[in-house]
Amino acid sequence: MTTQLFGERVRRREDPRLLTGQGRYLDDLGRDALAVAFVRSPHAHARIRDIDVSGALDVEGLVAVYTYEDLPERLAEPLPLLIPHPALTHGRTAHPLAKDVVRHVGEPVVMVVAEDRYLAEDACGLIEVDYEVLKPVVGIEEAAQGAQLVHEDVPGNVGAHMVQEVPAADGRSAREAIETAPHTLAFRLDIERSASMPLEGRGVYARWDGSDLRVYSSTQTSTSVRMAIAAKLELPLPHVEVIAPDVGGGFGVKIMHPWPEEILVPWAAMLLGRPVKWTEDRREHFVSSAHERGQVHYVRVGFDDEGRVQGLEVTILHDHGAYTPYGIIVPIITSTQLLGPYRIGAYRVEFSSIYTNTVQVTPYRGAGRPQGVFCMERTMDKIAQYLGLDRAAVRERNFIQPDEFPYDQGMIFQDGRPLIYDSGNYPEMLRMVKELIGWDSFDKRPHTGIGLACYVEGTGVGPYEGGHVQVTSDGRVHVSTGLTSQGQGHETVFAQIAATELGVPIEKVSVVTGDTRRFGYAVGTFASRAAVMSGNAIALACRKVREKALRIAADALEADPGDLEITEGVVHVKGAPGASIPLATVAVLANPLRYAFDEEARRATQFASAAAPDRPPVAEGEEPGLEGRDYYSPVRSTFAAGMHAAIVETDPDTAEVRILRYAVVHDCGRLINPMIVEGQIHGGVAQGVGGALYERMVYDSHGQLLNASFMDFLMPYATEVPRIETAHLETPSPLNPLGIKGAGEAGVIPVSAVLASAIEDAEGLPIDRMPISPAELYHLRQSRDG
Amino acid sequence: MKPPPFEYHAPRDLDEALDTLARLAERGKVLAGGQSLIPMLNMRLTAPEHLVDVNRLAELDTVETEDGGLRVGALARHSRVGRAGHPLLRQALKLVAHPVIRNRGTVVGSLVHADPAAELPAVLALLGGSVRLARPGRTRDVPAAEFFLGPLESAVEPGELAVSAFFPALPPGAGCAFLEVARRHGDFALAGVCALVTPEGHARAACVGVGPVPIVVDVSERAPDWAAAARAVREAAEPDDDIHATAEYRGHLVGVLAERAFREAAASAKA
Repeated sequence: MTTQLFGERVRRREDPRLLTGQGRYLDDLGRDALAVAFVRSPHAHARIRDIDVSGALDVEGLVAVYTYEDLPERLAEPLPLLIPHPALTHGRTAHPLAKDVVRHVGEPVVMVVAEDRYLAEDACGLIEVDYEVLKPVVGIEEAAQGAQLVHEDVPGNVGAHMVQEVPAADGRSAREAIETAPHTLAFRLDIERSASMPLEGRGVYARWDGSDLRVYSSTQTSTSVRMAIAAKLELPLPHVEVIAPDVGGGFGVKIMHPWPEEILVPWAAMLLGRPVKWTEDRREHFVSSAHERGQVHYVRVGFDDEGRVQGLEVTILHDHGAYTPYGIIVPIITSTQLLGPYRIGAYRVEFSSIYTNTVQVTPYRGAGRPQGVFCMERTMDKIAQYLGLDRAAVRERNFIQPDEFPYDQGMIFQDGRPLIYDSGNYPEMLRMVKELIGWDSFDKRPHTGIGLACYVEGTGVGPYEGGHVQVTSDGRVHVSTGLTSQGQGHETVFAQIAATELGVPIEKVSVVTGDTRRFGYAVGTFASRAAVMSGNAIALACRKVREKALRIAADALEADPGDLEITEGVVHVKGAPGASIPLATVAVLANPLRYAFDEEARRATQFASAAAPDRPPVAEGEEPGLEGRDYYSPVRSTFAAGMHAAIVETDPDTAEVRILRYAVVHDCGRLINPMIVEGQIHGGVAQGVGGALYERMVYDSHGQLLNASFMDFLMPYATEVPRIETAHLETPSPLNPLGIKGAGEAGVIPVSAVLASAIEDAEGLPIDRMPISPAELYHLRQSRDG
Repeated sequence: MKPPPFEYHAPRDLDEALDTLARLAERGKVLAGGQSLIPMLNMRLTAPEHLVDVNRLAELDTVETEDGGLRVGALARHSRVGRAGHPLLRQALKLVAHPVIRNRGTVVGSLVHADPAAELPAVLALLGGSVRLARPGRTRDVPAAEFFLGPLESAVEPGELAVSAFFPALPPGAGCAFLEVARRHGDFALAGVCALVTPEGHARAACVGVGPVPIVVDVSERAPDWAAAARAVREAAEPDDDIHATAEYRGHLVGVLAERAFREAAASAKA
């Protein structure tokens, strides 16, 4: 193949469109649509006594007002529990509009449709809801005591309880291993709430033409939203299409579905016979979408004189918010991915998933891993400190070795499959990150510190994705896949894969994602899976197309298919430059025609082709057209890995933290496009810096979110994010044809751990709770100094 | 997040603007740069019946040197004022939000908004400047010490328009500094101190974010013992707890920043 684009720093083909304002996001669509606004609960916990909408009826331009009472049977049911799990014994989901009780501030109670959003909000302001305020349950420890209940029928507020235990090689339990270890440590670690916070919030726009429903949603999964809408609105699936237009970031919150609005807006469009649109505003996003990260961890570890871990026991309290629509994926990932690149003698992990009267929790980029990595890496640092050993050396002694892959951690991962690492080289990665940051030559001065953190990330979870590739008679290659894109650069990397596989110039390749009209079978974009899943599916589909192209070309050139190759979009006989046929012509020959609508088509018509008169024009087992479809369904996840190191400086007086250097070594197997991987890492680190130093959801004791705006929820600006130095290690995955692993979440995962490590080194104070603000560091110093 | 209904007025000259505001009195609200008002409208935290947009009044888009200082018109944007050659305003405006906001927000608008965490009220208070308020047929100058009445509360009366502010020049040879700690670059400060030191040893400071209005403290008696001067400033501050920092930490910051600011101002005064 001479058109080798796989592995190149190909510039993102979506950038000219997205960076010059040519993107078409949800709110850019449907200028003629009616607008929706919601009356949302102002209380964290309350019983609805009465809803009086009469005040709103005078608003000119009001079209409709809906409450729970108006919902038909299927809509009146609780929303789906998307990912059931045997341990989730008390899963609870909300109704599309509140029924009787509201359980967090922001829960939708009344839906208003009006001629525009201004009028809809005016009407919302005139609707009176009479609430009986109930005592709210706020704070994970208070909730775990169970004195006050979020759901009357969930005792102790415990939605799920799960224990996983991996005994040591000699059969001893983690508790036994810890108790008999030469040294033990026990401590508590906290991570606070944050949220995905995409620049574009959620949004839904629906059109109904009397028989067919078209829905646009700012979603990470159009195929599953489509199935949910068809089921809830009782429509035949072929009459529903869902399209994810340009999406301004997802980071997990848009894989959650169906959101109440994704059902209610299409329902209203059908009832009213007019297009209807809802665009979430920022205040709504804070209180009515989803959060993540809030967990408390109790760790006990036993280890030997060399710092080798012999037993580890972690007990987790997971704050689930008011509902569990996405199941218990987050604490499961924490439980399993906590182990990182280490072989732990014996491991026991237990979590309780607790309801509180706060916004529900669903995965946010990293999805439980930042918490798990924080636990494990703080543990490594504490062992090193206790024994007076180098922090990197302790990690190295616990690494899984390169010759131990595939390595079975003995647990069940989030995809229900065994937690078996496919490949990796952790000692080499540590050597690289130490060299990059200058670990061994670090000049330790007062109020400077260096830190390190390692992680392993299960990526590319199943069950499957598909790809469709079509070569048209103009020589263009049309690639489609069902999963969605939120700005990651899929158009570029999928085009690189197709161009490489087919031997065509990349300019000839176009890519469509997330449009159920083009590809109806898909799972979605989450869990760092798009490149692994759709990338391999597209490669496999391309290989089918290539094989067919070579078969047809071999016929035309009277050559053996094995002697042919495709370069620059032309099939030719290897070593015989004269004998060639453009792929465009092969596409023409692949589709026998009766009608000559243009010059190319004329060549495929019945009197022009030299087809044998005694054989059907489309041979048995063949299909017309030069196209192929294939799926990739992995036996289990691929496991990417990374190690980050940072140098920080703390102000001795103001306690401000400055990140002086930040280094990343990353291994996601074979790189399709190093520039795009680095971009993903940079964005991830930026979000990680937010989680480590700035972002938190501040709830008061009444369950009111006190910082529900970008003025007080502190996402880092460019001025707060350090320059990021990156190096790659490429350990191919043996599990898929392209040898790749996922990269989307990587950057965010270890940032709290690495910055805690560096701040601890700078200050000589244990950092057991993240994020940490200057005020908190100041008070830690005060407590130490008395 | 859409504003409630309001009637919009766009007067074409100052007389028309003053007449409109006088007629509307309590019912009218002035729109200049809109960097605070528009978010408050969108969140429905304020609901004026009438909005009087003064952006067409070219006669207010002025920055002029007049005896002993800089007169800044009501439509002069932060970015322009920052380039007008006043060293303390230049330092302060670097700390105000971000370029996009500074290109639109106005200095006089920030003074009238009277946010206790904002930089410009502190600068006006430290320098002993004033704000010129107009209504039809009458104009008055209100000194900074009488202009800031409380959080988000200034001396502007219903029907009045703040047409300009006067920032006195630094005394000859004086040095100044504006230091603050904000959670992120450009955020409202957790605490901030601006300081002025003259070659003769006069020294004073103003604090932001640690009291209902800018707090000005004259420490000339303690200069050049800057540690003692900083303690005096810290004692004058009245910080509160909020979600970003404790009162204790804020008070501590005032002391740290005041000492640093005095030293920096003193160093530049001698230079």
